Order: sequence, then C-alpha cells, then structure tokens
Amino acid sequence: MASHSHHDDHSHGSMKSYVTGFVLSVILTAIPFYLVMTGGLESKGWTAAVVIGMAVVQILVHMIFFLHMTTSAEEGWTMTALIFTIIVVVIMLAGSIWVMYHMNTNMMPGHDMDLMSVPQ
Amino acid sequence: MSTIILPKDRATFHLTEEPHHPEGHSTMLGFWIYLMSDCLMFAVLFAVFAVLGNNFAAGPGPKDLFDLELVALNTAMLLFSSITYGFAMLAMVKNNSRQVLIWLGITGLFGLAFLAIELYEFHHLIHIGATPQRSAFLSAFFTLVGTHGLHVTFGLIWLVTLMVQVSKRGLTAANQRRLGCLSLFWHFLDVIWIGVFTFVYLLGMI
Repeated sequence: MASHSHHDDHSHGSMKSYVTGFVLSVILTAIPFYLVMTGGLESKGWTAAVVIGMAVVQILVHMIFFLHMTTSAEEGWTMTALIFTIIVVVIMLAGSIWVMYHMNTNMMPGHDMDLMSVPQ
Repeated sequence: MSTIILPKDRATFHLTEEPHHPEGHSTMLGFWIYLMSDCLMFAVLFAVFAVLGNNFAAGPGPKDLFDLELVALNTAMLLFSSITYGFAMLAMVKNNSRQVLIWLGITGLFGLAFLAIELYEFHHLIHIGATPQRSAFLSAFFTLVGTHGLHVTFGLIWLVTLMVQVSKRGLTAANQRRLGCLSLFWHFLDVIWIGVFTFVYLLGMI
C-alpha cells in the first residue's frame, strides 16, 4: 500500500477495501431498517439495542475501510485525536442525558408537593 | 555578573535547524483535527436531541412525521456517493484525471440527490405544520439534520470547485492534497449520517 504513496504517508486504500466497506455498510444498514420497518423484535429494548449495535459496527467499518484509520497514520496523532474526541463525546453525551433525566424526574409537578406534606 | 561557559564538545540534543518539510505535509493532520472538532459540534447537537427529543408539546411525534422508505433512499444515496468518491481517489492514485472527474461528477449527483430528498422532506414537514417552532423535538430535529445537510451543501460546493481545479490544472500535488481532504470530509459526513438515521429516525420509529 505504501508503494504508490510516495508524496505522503497517507493511504488512499484499494479497490478491495472500498468494495468490502461498501458491502458491509449495505448489510449493516439494511438489517436495522428491515427490523424497524417490519415491526422489530418482540421487545422494543432488544430492537433498539440491535439497531444501535449495528450503527456502532458500521461506524467502525467506515473508519477502517473508507477513512483508512490506522494506529500508525501521522505517527499516531490521528488516532490520538480520535481517542481524545471519543472520550470528550462520551463524557458530554452521558453527562447531559444523565443530568437532564434526573432534573426532569425530580422537577415533576407533584413531586415536591409530597415533600411539603411531610410533617416537619 | 557571571558567564556561563559551555563545554565545546558537548553534544547538542536538539536540531539546530528546522528540518525542511515539503509544503502541505501537515495539512492532512490539521484537517483531521478540524473534523474532530466538527464531530464535537455534532455530538452537542445529538445531546440536545437526546434531551429534547421527547418534548412534543402535544404536537406530532416521529411516528406521525417520518417516512422510513424516504430515509432509506437517502441513506443509499449518501452510501453510493461515499463509494464513488473512493473510486475517484483510486483513479487519482492511477493519475487518471479524466476518470477522477467522472467519478467526482457521479459523487456530486448522488450528493445532490441526497440534498433534494432532504429538502423535499423538510418542505413536506413544514407544509403540514411541523415547523421548527412547533415543539422542542422539532427544533432539535431541524437543527441536527439541517446542520448535516448544510455540511453536505458545502461539501458539494467544494467538490465542484475541485472539479474545476482538476480540469484546469490537472492532478498536481496541491490538488491531490485537496482531494484527500475532501475525501476525509465526505466520508466523515457519511459517518455522521449513520448516527442521524439511527438515533433520530430508526429509534424514533420503534
């Protein structure tokens, strides 16, 4: 793969890697769409889990076969930047959802009415 | 006053002269870091949608609004455009500028089809009263999906610009670098779209 990239160390992939990525992506897109359009599994939780799982796998497929992510590209700095971004994204997403969920449930009208009726 | 005397035979452990770097050698890493910051922006919009996505304000929800067949068609358009861009990159490696232009043109048509379908969907939603002002869910939906659509729009403008550049100047080193950057940008947008169709459309319709 390094034979053609004499001007930089960035890989442009091969026909095989693009076609592999494309076929895998089509499968990983078709399954969740088919599941949801035909009513899904018996439990909604499992359908959601399968749909999210397929999305995560497809993102990895795109990263490897289309974006040609490797641990050695740019002396590892692209991977370092990616890992840093993933950490920040996970903290931000999980934190926001967690905080806002608890705020919503604790601020429900009626909830603090119960507290007021508690004898002092 | 004291004078520091350095031993003359001391080895230097730093480069006394910056090594010469070819022009644009760090462009790819810089562009990747831009994409990562763009990724953070999309992550914030996803978080907003996750928090506000159930606040319908007694208005229409995902099941009343979304047409999964249209979304599947849209997803296919973006996926096709991803692989045709890949073919353009392979033609670039073979130094065949005519083939690069053909594949870029096909990529542009798929991207245009994606945008047309998305605009049709937005137009339909606004026409039936599901405007961004209707509920927090719709505000978050239009912001997230609209921002992705804007990225695709700018990607298309960039694509056309590069087609003109390649047809006028050929596959110079600078143009190859630009094509490489747009390749990252285009595939990145497809990755974001996986998140959109999963969390906004599919999970909303379960």
